[in-house]
Amino acid sequence: MTALLKLEGLTREYPGVRANDDVSFSIGAGEVHALLGENGAGKSTLVKMIYGLEKPDAGRMELRGEPYAPVNPQAARAAGVAMVFQHFSLFEALTVAENVALGMENPPKMGELAKSIRDVSETYGLPLDPDRIVGDLSAGERQRVEIIRCLLQDPKLLIMDEPTSVLTPQEVEILFKTLRKLQSEGTSILYISHKLEEIRALCDGATILRLGKVVGECDPKTTTARDMAEMMVGQTLHVPTREAGEAGEVLLKVENLSMASSNPFGTTLKNVSLTLRAGEILGVGGVAGNGQDELLSVLSGEAKTAKGSVTFLGADISNLGPNARRKIGVLAAPEERLGHAAAPNMSLTENAVLTATIRKKLSKNNFVNWRAAEGFAKDVISTFDVRTPGPASAARSLSGGNLQKFVIGREVMQDPKVLVVNQPTWGVDASAAAAIRQALMDLAAQGAGLIVISQDLDELMEISDHFAALNEGRLTAPRPALGLTVDEIGLMMGGAHDMEVADV
Amino acid sequence: MDFGSINPVILLASLMVASTPILLAALGEMVTEKSGVLNLGVEGMMIFGAVCGFIAAVESQSPAIGFLVAAIGGAALSMLFGVLTQIFLTTQVPAGLALTLFGTGLASLLGQNYQGISPPRMPEMHIPLLKDIPFLGPILFEHDAIVYLSILAVFAVWAFLKFTRAGLVLRAVGENHAAAHALGYKVKLVRFAAIGFGGAMAGLGGAYISLVRVPQWTDGITAGIGWIALAIVVFASWKAGRILIGAYLFGGITVLQLNLQAAGAKVPVELLSMSPFLATILVLVVISARRHGASNAPAMLGRIFHTS
Repeated sequence: MTALLKLEGLTREYPGVRANDDVSFSIGAGEVHALLGENGAGKSTLVKMIYGLEKPDAGRMELRGEPYAPVNPQAARAAGVAMVFQHFSLFEALTVAENVALGMENPPKMGELAKSIRDVSETYGLPLDPDRIVGDLSAGERQRVEIIRCLLQDPKLLIMDEPTSVLTPQEVEILFKTLRKLQSEGTSILYISHKLEEIRALCDGATILRLGKVVGECDPKTTTARDMAEMMVGQTLHVPTREAGEAGEVLLKVENLSMASSNPFGTTLKNVSLTLRAGEILGVGGVAGNGQDELLSVLSGEAKTAKGSVTFLGADISNLGPNARRKIGVLAAPEERLGHAAAPNMSLTENAVLTATIRKKLSKNNFVNWRAAEGFAKDVISTFDVRTPGPASAARSLSGGNLQKFVIGREVMQDPKVLVVNQPTWGVDASAAAAIRQALMDLAAQGAGLIVISQDLDELMEISDHFAALNEGRLTAPRPALGLTVDEIGLMMGGAHDMEVADV
Repeated sequence: MDFGSINPVILLASLMVASTPILLAALGEMVTEKSGVLNLGVEGMMIFGAVCGFIAAVESQSPAIGFLVAAIGGAALSMLFGVLTQIFLTTQVPAGLALTLFGTGLASLLGQNYQGISPPRMPEMHIPLLKDIPFLGPILFEHDAIVYLSILAVFAVWAFLKFTRAGLVLRAVGENHAAAHALGYKVKLVRFAAIGFGGAMAGLGGAYISLVRVPQWTDGITAGIGWIALAIVVFASWKAGRILIGAYLFGGITVLQLNLQAAGAKVPVELLSMSPFLATILVLVVISARRHGASNAPAMLGRIFHTS
C-alpha cells in the first residue's frame, strides 16, 4: 500500500501545553486508519493541522509524495482532504443545500447542487431533502449533511471525528457500509474515535496518542479492545463494580407527561411515563436531540408541567421549581457544563453555593456562610479527585473532565434521594469516567434513585438496572438492562430512521 | 376632525421622504445583525453622519459630496465599534451604547459653527414619463436620488443575502461562527465588513435628515430615529421587505400625525406624537408573531467570537 498522507515529527505547542509532540505516522491509499486517544491526547489538534485550521510549529506533511502544508481549510479541500466534524459544523437556520454549498470551493448553482445532493445521497443510501432547514433534522440526518458535503468534493482523504457518537447501532452499521464502499473506491479515511469495538470492526491500522505523543501503533483486527484501552490510558483500567440491591419503594413517578420545548429547534415530549424506585438506576438512552434536555428540565423543575404529571413519594411536585425540589431531595446535573451546570466565571466555591446552599445550609438569613461553602467545595474536590489549584479557581479554568467531576460530585455529596444526570461522563477520560460511574452506583446502593441520561450505551449497560430510550420525544417502556441485545436497544432508539443500505 | 385640508398626494410623497432615514439605517443595521453583531450605536453613527454630511455639503456646496462624506463618516465611526468588539472582544451592548454617546458628543462639537446655515439644496430627480402617471406619478417619481437609492437598497440587500455566495457566508457567520471558522471563513473580516456597511448606511440616513428632511444642523437632530431603526430590525424579523413596511409605516404615521396636528385635530398632541411608535410596533409584532417569527434572530447575535 503506498502512503497517501505521511506525517513527520509534527509538533504544536499552546501556552503551557504541548498538544502534539513529534507525531509521525502515515495513512495508505484506500486505508481506514484509526486515531485513538483519550480526551486531551491531542487528536483534535492533529486533525486541525491536517485540515489547515492550525499550523504546526515543527514537522512536515506529505500528500501523495508532495509536500503538503495547507494554509487554510480551503487549501486542504482543494488538495482533496475533507472533514466531518464531531460537533457538527452546520448552520441550523439554513437549508441543507446552503449548508453543503458553504463547505464547497466552487459550488454549482443551487438548482444543480440540489440535484447532485439527491443523486449522491441515493447512491450512498443516505436520503436527504436539500430544501429542508437543518434545524429541523435529527442528529443522524445532520451527520448525513456533513458526509454528503464531503462526498460531493470527491475527497482523497476523509477525516471523521467521532462520527458515531450520535447514531443508533443500526445507523452505525449503515455508516460503516458507506465507509467501506468509499474505501473500495480508493478513498482513505482517518477515523477518530474512542469506541474500540467500532475501530476493531472497521479499521485497518491504528495510531494511539497519549499526552500528545504517539505511544504505539497496532493492527486493530488482531488487538483486543482491552489492550488498546490500556495503551490509551497508560495504566490498568479499573472497571466499576456494583452490588445489586433490592428495589425499594417508588420514589419518583412521571405520568403521561407532554410538554412543548421552549427552544424552537427543540423536541416536544410526548406522553412520557416512568417510575423510579429507591436503589434503582434507570438508564435513558437515545440519539442526542430526541428530548434529553427537555426530560432533564422537567425532572429538575426548570420546566413546570401539568398538575399531577410528576410526583415524588406520592406528592405532586410538577409545579415546584428547582430549589423547592432540591429541598425535598430531587437533584439534577444537566449536560452542558459551562453555562448550565456551572457558571463559567464564578469560582468553584460560588458554584457550590448555587446548588448546595439549601441542602448543605450554606446560608443563613440570606447571608452566605463562605467558610462552610469553601469547606463543602473542598470536600467535593478531594472526594472526587478534581484537579484544580483550589476552590477559588474559576469554573472555566478547569478542564472539561475535571469540571464534570466537580458538578457531579457537588450533587452526589448533597445526599440526594433522587438524582437526574445528563451525560455524566461526556468528554471525561476513561479513569475519571469510571470514578464517576462508581460514585453514581454507590449512591444507588445507599438507597437513592438515579436517572442517568446518556448517549454512551456501554455506560448505560454497565450501570443501569432498567433501560429506556428516548425517540422523538417519546420514552419507551423501561426494560431490565440485563440481557438486552444491541439490536433490541437499537430498535428502542428508533431503528435506522429511514436510512437504507448503500446498494451500489 | 378635518381631513379636508390634507392633500393625500403631498401626504404620501412626504411619507417617502420622512421614512428614508429610518429605512437606510435599519437596512444597514439588519446586515450588521445578520452577521451576528448587535451594534446599538446606530443613533450615534446617524448623527455623526448627519454632521459630517452637513459640513462637507456646506463647504463643497455639493449635496452629493455631502452624502459621500456622511457614508464615510458613519463607516469610520462604526470601525471604532468594530475594533472594540472584534479585536478587543468587548461586550457589544455597552460598546454600542458608548458609540451612541460618543457620536452624539462629537457631532455636537463639530457642528458648533454650522448652526443656522442652510445647506445646498438636493436636486430632485423627476423620472420622465413615469412622473406623468396620474396620482401615483407625483407620489413615487418626483423625489431626490437618495429616496430611489434607499428603495433600490432594499432589493439589493434582499438579493445579496438570498442569492449571492458572499451573502450566504455572511448569514452563516451570524448563524454559527465556530462552524464558519472551522470551514475556513474569516469571521472577523466578514463582521468588519458588515459593521462598516451598517455604519455607512446609518451615516447616509443621518445626512438625509440634516440635508433634506430638516434641512439644517441643530444638536440632537436625529431625535431617536436610530433607536426606532433598531427596533424595526427586530420586529421585521431581519427581513428586508418587512423593514420597508416598518419604515414606511413609521414615516407615514409621523407625517399624518403632523398634518393632523397642523389641521387642529381634537386629539391630544401627546397621543398623536406617540402614535407612530405605537402603530409601528403593533403591526410588526402582529407580523412577527408566527412560528420562527420572533425567534428568527441570527443565532450568534451579540455573542463574542473567540478564535480557537
